[in-house]
Amino acid sequence: MPSIGKIVRVAGPVVVAKGMRGSQMFELVKVGELNLIGEIIRLQEDLATIQVYEETSGLKPGEQVVGTGELLSVELGPGILTQIYDGIQRPLEVIKMASGPFISRGLTAEALPRDKYWDFTPKVKVGDKVVGGDVLGEVPETPLVTHRVMAPPGVEGVVEEIAPEGKYKVEDVIAKIRGAGGLHEVTMMQKWPVRRPRPYKTKLDPVQPLITGQRVIDTFFPIAKGGTAAIPGGFGTGKTVTQHQLAQWADAKVIVYIGCGERGNEMTEMLERFPELKDPRTGRPLMERTVMIANTSNMPVAAREASIYTGVTIAEYFRDMGYDVAMMADSTSRWAEALREISGRLEEMPGEEGYPPYLGARLAEFYERAGRVVTLGSEDRVGSVSIIGAVSPPGGDFSEPVVQSTLRIVKVFWALDTALAYRRHFPAINWLTSYSLYLETLEEWFRKNVAPDWPELRREAMAILQKEAELLEIVRLVGPDALPEADRAVLEVARMIREDYLMQHAYHPVDSYCPIEKMYGMLKTILYFNQKMGEAVSKGVPLVDIIRLPVREDIARMKIVPYDKFKDVMEEVKKKIDEQFTSLMKGKEALTVKA
Amino acid sequence: MSVTASALKARKYRTVTEISGPLLVVKSVSDAAYNELVKVETGTGEVRTGVVLETSEGYAVVQVFEGTSGLDVDKTAVTFLGETLKVPVSTEMLGRIFDGKGQPIDGGPPIIPEDELDVYGAPINPSAREYPREFIQTGISVIDGMNTLSRGQKLPIFTEAGLPHNILAAQIARQATIPGKEEDFAIVFAAIGITAEEAMFFKNEFTRTGAIERLVTYLNLAENPAIERVITPHVALTTAEFLAYEHDMHVLVIMTDMLNYGEALREISAARAEVPGRRGYPGYLYTSLAQIYERCGRIHGKKGSITFIPVVTMPGGDITHPVVDLSGYITEGQLILSRELHRKGIYPPLNPLPSLSRLMKEATRYTRKDHMQLSDMLYYCYSEAQDLRSLVAVVGEEALTERDRAYLAFGDAFERRFINQGVYENRDLDTTLEIAWNLLIEFIPESEWKRLDPEVIRTYCPKYREKK
Repeated sequence: MPSIGKIVRVAGPVVVAKGMRGSQMFELVKVGELNLIGEIIRLQEDLATIQVYEETSGLKPGEQVVGTGELLSVELGPGILTQIYDGIQRPLEVIKMASGPFISRGLTAEALPRDKYWDFTPKVKVGDKVVGGDVLGEVPETPLVTHRVMAPPGVEGVVEEIAPEGKYKVEDVIAKIRGAGGLHEVTMMQKWPVRRPRPYKTKLDPVQPLITGQRVIDTFFPIAKGGTAAIPGGFGTGKTVTQHQLAQWADAKVIVYIGCGERGNEMTEMLERFPELKDPRTGRPLMERTVMIANTSNMPVAAREASIYTGVTIAEYFRDMGYDVAMMADSTSRWAEALREISGRLEEMPGEEGYPPYLGARLAEFYERAGRVVTLGSEDRVGSVSIIGAVSPPGGDFSEPVVQSTLRIVKVFWALDTALAYRRHFPAINWLTSYSLYLETLEEWFRKNVAPDWPELRREAMAILQKEAELLEIVRLVGPDALPEADRAVLEVARMIREDYLMQHAYHPVDSYCPIEKMYGMLKTILYFNQKMGEAVSKGVPLVDIIRLPVREDIARMKIVPYDKFKDVMEEVKKKIDEQFTSLMKGKEALTVKA
Repeated sequence: MSVTASALKARKYRTVTEISGPLLVVKSVSDAAYNELVKVETGTGEVRTGVVLETSEGYAVVQVFEGTSGLDVDKTAVTFLGETLKVPVSTEMLGRIFDGKGQPIDGGPPIIPEDELDVYGAPINPSAREYPREFIQTGISVIDGMNTLSRGQKLPIFTEAGLPHNILAAQIARQATIPGKEEDFAIVFAAIGITAEEAMFFKNEFTRTGAIERLVTYLNLAENPAIERVITPHVALTTAEFLAYEHDMHVLVIMTDMLNYGEALREISAARAEVPGRRGYPGYLYTSLAQIYERCGRIHGKKGSITFIPVVTMPGGDITHPVVDLSGYITEGQLILSRELHRKGIYPPLNPLPSLSRLMKEATRYTRKDHMQLSDMLYYCYSEAQDLRSLVAVVGEEALTERDRAYLAFGDAFERRFINQGVYENRDLDTTLEIAWNLLIEFIPESEWKRLDPEVIRTYCPKYREKK
């Protein structure tokens, strides 16, 4: 019996109700005459403290609060992809039809369309033994993603009935499974409470990279499938653009994008662009593999807190099908601020900067839901959830609690740098302070799948950049003229690596996505130039002459060469390097002879 | 827009038990609604307005917009009015002047409302938004050329005390046009805690250009109640939404100074003894600012738009100040004024390097093909020049290479010829881009033009264009 209570106190998004004995923690409740959606976050005798997911203006003591007996859950089944949801999985398109361009209160909308028919193909027969996680049938949800309808976790038994191939709605029973607990009727839709991680068999080592097509990331700071990464950066450093780039190009099967407390127009941009952008591997619109959760900064703050869990639960569900899922959360700072606001209203003892003391624990719990796993089910499918969280530190100060708590958990750190952003070096990922703890575990994959000398090239390029930083210190003191030619050559090649390799234009049709093979070719060419430059300098060729070589422009323009022409262009550039250095050396010899 | 809870009648109480800062605690009240509007009468009969910040069985916490000075525990009467804060709106408001709560103060007749709207509005559904992409020409080179403004954008001016931000804001308001279009427009101007002198400056500016007919003014001056400032931006934006979405107008909203809004919020938070976030500002400052800034934009199927230029002072030039910083996280870019440029006599002293327009890449798709690339190129050259300037200070100009000297010379010329312009000079986009090209031709060798496609150079660079 769901409990019915009365409001005794309202303060912002937090409401206290009495007469709520019998309710459970995190139970979903309907608050007030408008039936606002809320969730119980504290119980004390018959008092329940509720965070309300909608604006509470006009609510007053005495109004009714009705329990639902259910935990805050998401609906999982065909129809999730291509959708845009709010923080508690209400489809924004449906809400728009109900209330116009502004979101009014007390609206409910089903997350999965109930009246839509899906093509279901059974994958089991009557009499088969199945366990939770086994695929009962398949639905082509979009041309990019086949939705595997699974037996819900915990269900085990013999298939008594299975629907024949045909069209079904999400609530139609497609299988009956007889087990120890009785007969289970399975529909294509299941519900799962968002705050409980979905079960799996075992976690695996992250040994495959999530290829993103972004040179600075894939080359220097790669993230593994099932890994975690954080992108902190002050405003204007390109967190969101980087997140969008990853959502577009990461080689995952499904993308879950959470706009958590950020700008409305950024979600609009994705909504407008993703249906047009093509997946580089399949040529289909990117929207077909994407689901968006939008709880923008002006939407109620409690739903912002929930949005992260809604997103990661959907990601886990697709992982359970055996897919690689990448999830972007922009921005986890806004989520932490929502925690802080609710905590403040609960009058909890604050930790650092007013954040609740459990901030670190909550962040860790959330990132721990990432991973590459063997899923439930007898097939031992392997799936992964990678989580990439943006962090928006106040004043760009990385020592603040959210950045620091995040860094203790995540394995990859892409530090966005205001100074780089000011000079329009994008992506503004600082190559000296960023790191990836997956470099070692992924090395073998890169050797096998890209080139045996990939790790060496990477190390060489990084060493040059490190050396540059040291040399620039000296230049700042004594000027560039005081450096020996060989050191100035290092500055030159470092500039080439920065400008011709690391800088990548997110909105250029070719440069936006760089295949890993092309990265290898580009880096190899630049380092080949460096090798030739070193030889020439040591033979006494003046650096000014080398800097003027026309081939440098060819190298600079390699990034905009389409991939299908890249091999030829690269050969040509290499030939030009050889020719031009040879003639330089000849000129030098001629000069020496004359002297 | 928002659904009101069941109608409550007005209830009067004389049970104030505590007065603290801008807050009153009223006892024996059990049916005050959250955010309910309240009328407060002092012992002398003066009437003030407030809203309910917290309500509970037995008491309600009320925030008084006009402040609590002169109130006492015994005689003060508090009436709960049974409705949330609403403002009357009408197209007749154009040309009128209101106080920070929306009451007319120009001596004119009261407004006959076409509608009464909730001041906090309702959030725009992200899937109903239309991405802003229409380029607004401000006639100011450093904005149009490098940090474009689009219709529906929120682009703040970050400034310091003593810089000409008001002159710049007025110039933008005066010159902003969509090239080749004549449309119904309106300006909503909200003064938040600024001086009467500054407010007068704006009034004179708008009068002179005839824009006064299309102007709705909200004045909460430095001498007016500080707490009222938390409501002024919402009142102004409610009117802006009405004009834009009900009457198809393109509304430009100018607010100055948002720092004062933040401080008023902090004052209330302190009075409630809330746990502070950074520098004493409440933890919900971000959400509060977002609920203001995010009200602008464009909506599918609506002709009108709201473009928003708030002015935010950086105390002591500190860009990490919470109000400034959080504004930067919400708005779509920022225009940053620099004291250094101002000292050099450059107007507008707008430093392009830390400035940014996030919507520029989209807006420039519909202007000229060389627009975005030229902007990138200018950024690159000017930031090189800035780096070299600090180097020169240490090692002297002799130590520089030929290439470096070229950039250094570019930097100076760029400030004098591109950034610098007259307060009444209105440059169209072609003029702006022409200046940019000429600077590049004059100072930077073509082999360094890495951000420009060869094809763009051939088509748009005056050097090649004229040869044809």
